[in-house]
Amino acid sequence: MSDIVIRGEQLSKLYKIGVAQDYTTLRDQMSQAWRGMFRRSTAEDQEKGEFWALKDVSFEIKYGQAMGLIGRNGAGKSTLLKLLSRITEPTSGHAAIYGRVASLLEVGTGFHGELTGRENIYLNGAILGMTRAEITRKFDEIVAFSGVEEFIETPIKRYSSGMKVRLAFSVAAHLEPEILIIDEVLAVGDVIFQQKCLGKMEEVAHAGRTVIFVSHNMGAIRNLCTDALWLKDGHLEMSSEVGLVVDAYIKSIDLVRTQHDTDMDKRVGTGEARTKQVQLFSSDNEPCYTFAMGDDVVVEFEVEFFKAVPFAAFSLDIRQKNTGINIVHNSSLEDDNYQIVNPKPGKYRFRSQVKNLLLYPDLYTISICTWNRTSIIDFYEDTLDFSMVQSGLTNRDLSNHKRGIVYTHSKWSELS
Amino acid sequence: MSATTVTLEIDERKPTVEIKPRTGWFDFDLKELWQYRELLYFLTWKDVIIRYKQTAIGAAWAVLQPLMTMLIFTMVFRKFAGVPSDGLPYPIFAFTALLPWQFFAQAISRSSISLVGNRDMISKVYFPRLIIPVSSTLSPIIDFCIAFVILIGMMVWYGLAPTWGILALPIFLLLAMQTALAICFFLAALNVKYRDVGHAIPFLVQFWMYASPVAYSVSLVPEPWRFWYSLNPMVGVIEGFRWALLGKASPDFSAMAVSAVVVSVLFFAGLIYFRRMERTFADVI
Repeated sequence: MSDIVIRGEQLSKLYKIGVAQDYTTLRDQMSQAWRGMFRRSTAEDQEKGEFWALKDVSFEIKYGQAMGLIGRNGAGKSTLLKLLSRITEPTSGHAAIYGRVASLLEVGTGFHGELTGRENIYLNGAILGMTRAEITRKFDEIVAFSGVEEFIETPIKRYSSGMKVRLAFSVAAHLEPEILIIDEVLAVGDVIFQQKCLGKMEEVAHAGRTVIFVSHNMGAIRNLCTDALWLKDGHLEMSSEVGLVVDAYIKSIDLVRTQHDTDMDKRVGTGEARTKQVQLFSSDNEPCYTFAMGDDVVVEFEVEFFKAVPFAAFSLDIRQKNTGINIVHNSSLEDDNYQIVNPKPGKYRFRSQVKNLLLYPDLYTISICTWNRTSIIDFYEDTLDFSMVQSGLTNRDLSNHKRGIVYTHSKWSELS
Repeated sequence: MSATTVTLEIDERKPTVEIKPRTGWFDFDLKELWQYRELLYFLTWKDVIIRYKQTAIGAAWAVLQPLMTMLIFTMVFRKFAGVPSDGLPYPIFAFTALLPWQFFAQAISRSSISLVGNRDMISKVYFPRLIIPVSSTLSPIIDFCIAFVILIGMMVWYGLAPTWGILALPIFLLLAMQTALAICFFLAALNVKYRDVGHAIPFLVQFWMYASPVAYSVSLVPEPWRFWYSLNPMVGVIEGFRWALLGKASPDFSAMAVSAVVVSVLFFAGLIYFRRMERTFADVI
C-alpha cells in the first residue's frame, strides 16, 4: 500500500490582481465592457494584472511526515495552503488527499463577540468540522486547556485578546484530523502560550499524523518538521529533508540581502561611511549560516568611507529574529580596544570573532554599527540571518522546551 | 518502469478529497451538505441569538415590528385611503399577510448580504458555502413563530376559526422560503463581487411589497392583470395564508402552480449560478 497522504500535481493558481485586491462595482464593469466594444483587446491587456501565485507545483507528502512550508512573503505559501484546504480552487493542476483534513489558517474563525465562551466553542468547533457530540465530549478538556474556566459563560467581547486566542487555539488543538494544516497561527499570543501551541503541534506530529506547517520561524520549522518545501515566486524551489532546505533557504535570503544593500538611504547614521557585504564564516573559515551552540561565529564586513574621519569604531549586535530582542552587544573599542584611526575614503574590510556563542536553537540576525566619539556613522540593522542548532553541550531536548535564549554552563550540588 | 508501478499503487486507493478545477455546471454534493448539517444548525442558531443580544426588549422586537407595521397600515390604508379588506377586520387582514411577508423580506435582506458578512469564514475555512445563505434564510423563521403566537391571540379576539386549509400552511411557507432562496442564491453570490447589491436590496424589498397584497386585497387588482399579478409567488403565499387562517376565498391555485414552477426553475438556476460563482468567492470577497 502506498503511504502517500497528499499528492499535488502541477498545481497552479492564477490571480487577476484587479479583482483579487478589491471588489469592483457594476459600474466599473459596465464602463469597461463599453470601452471594450470599441477596442480590440490585445494580448498585453490580458497579461497585465494577472499573476501566477502558484505555478506547476508538484509534491508528495507521506504518512507521518511533518512538512514545513517556507518561502518569502508572496512566494505562494498561503495560496498553496488555501488550495489544500479547499478554500479556493486551483486554476489548473490536481491534488489528491487521502484522509480527513483540518486546516487552521487562523485561530478563532467565526468567533462572535456577543456569544459566550461556551457558545463560541460549539460554533467554532462546528466551523472546523467537529460534530456536536464530539465537541460535547471534549468540552471540559478544551476549557481546561484554554485556562478560561471562570469566564466560560461571559461574552467573549469582554475577554482580553490573549484569552480569546487561548480559547480559539484550544478548540483547534482538540481536532483529531489525519492531516493538519497550520498557517502561522503561532504569531499570536504570548511566549508561554506559543510554547504550549508548539508542544501540542509536536504531539500531533509525533503521533504519526501528517502535519503541514507554514512559518517564518526557521527554528520552529527545524524543530517540528521532518521535511520542507521551499516555494519561491510561485514555483517549487526545493523539496527535501528539513535541514537541507532550511539551510539553502537561509543562504538564499542572505544573497538577496547582499544584493539589496545598495539601498542605503534609510539607514541611521551620518552616512560618512556605509557597511556592505557582511558575511559569516565558521571558525575554520568556511562560509556558514548555521552554527552549533558554543561555536565561534566569524563576521566579515566591508566598510566604505566616503569622507576622511578622524576615527571609527564598530559594534555588533545579535538579535533574536522573531522577537527582535537584542541579546549580544559587542563593542570593538570598549571590549577589545580596537578602532581605526584616520581612515581615508575608500573600502576597508574588517573581521570580528564572536567567541563561544551560546544561544538556543532559533533564528538570529546580526546588526553592525560604525561610530565615532560623538555620533553614529552607519547603522546596518539586521543585515543577515543565521541559525543556531543544538550541540552536545546539554542533553535537554531543546526542540521542545524553549525557555530562555542564552545557554550557560551550570554546576549543581547538594549542600551538606 | 518503477514510476509505472508507483502510479498503479496509488490508483488503487480512492482519495478522500480531490482538488482540481471544477468544470461541470451542475455538481451538488448532497452527501457533503448532509455531513455539514450541524454547521447549518449552529449558524442558524447563532444568527437567532446574536440578533437579540444586548437589546433591552430582546425577542419582543419580533412582535413589535409586525404590530407597528399593522397599526400604520390600518391608519394609512384603512382610515385614510379606505382600502377594502374583503369583509375581514383590517388589522388581522394585514397582520396575517405581514407574517409571511416579513419572513420573506427578512430572509432576502439578511441572506443577500450573508456571504460578505461572513467573509472571514469564507477566506479561512472550507465548508459548503451554500450553508451561509441557507442559514440566514432559516433564522427569520424564529421571528415568524413568535409573531404567530400573537396572530393566534388576535384570531381568538376577533372570533375567527381557522379552516382545514391550515394544514396547507407549511406549503405556503415553504414556497415563500423557496422564493427567498432562489433570489438570494443570485444576490448573495452577486454581492460578493458587486457590493451594489447591498444598496439595491431595500428597494427590491419595498417594490416587491407593493407588488404583493400585503396592505390591500387582490380584489383591487384589475381583472385583466390578475393572472400576471398572480405569477408573483408571494401573491399566492399571502392569499394562501388568508385563506387558511381567516377562511377567505381560496387563492388562484392554477396561477400558484405556474409561479411554483417558475420559482423552482429560478431556484435551480440560482443554485447553479451560486456554485459557479462559489469557486472564486475566497479570491474576490
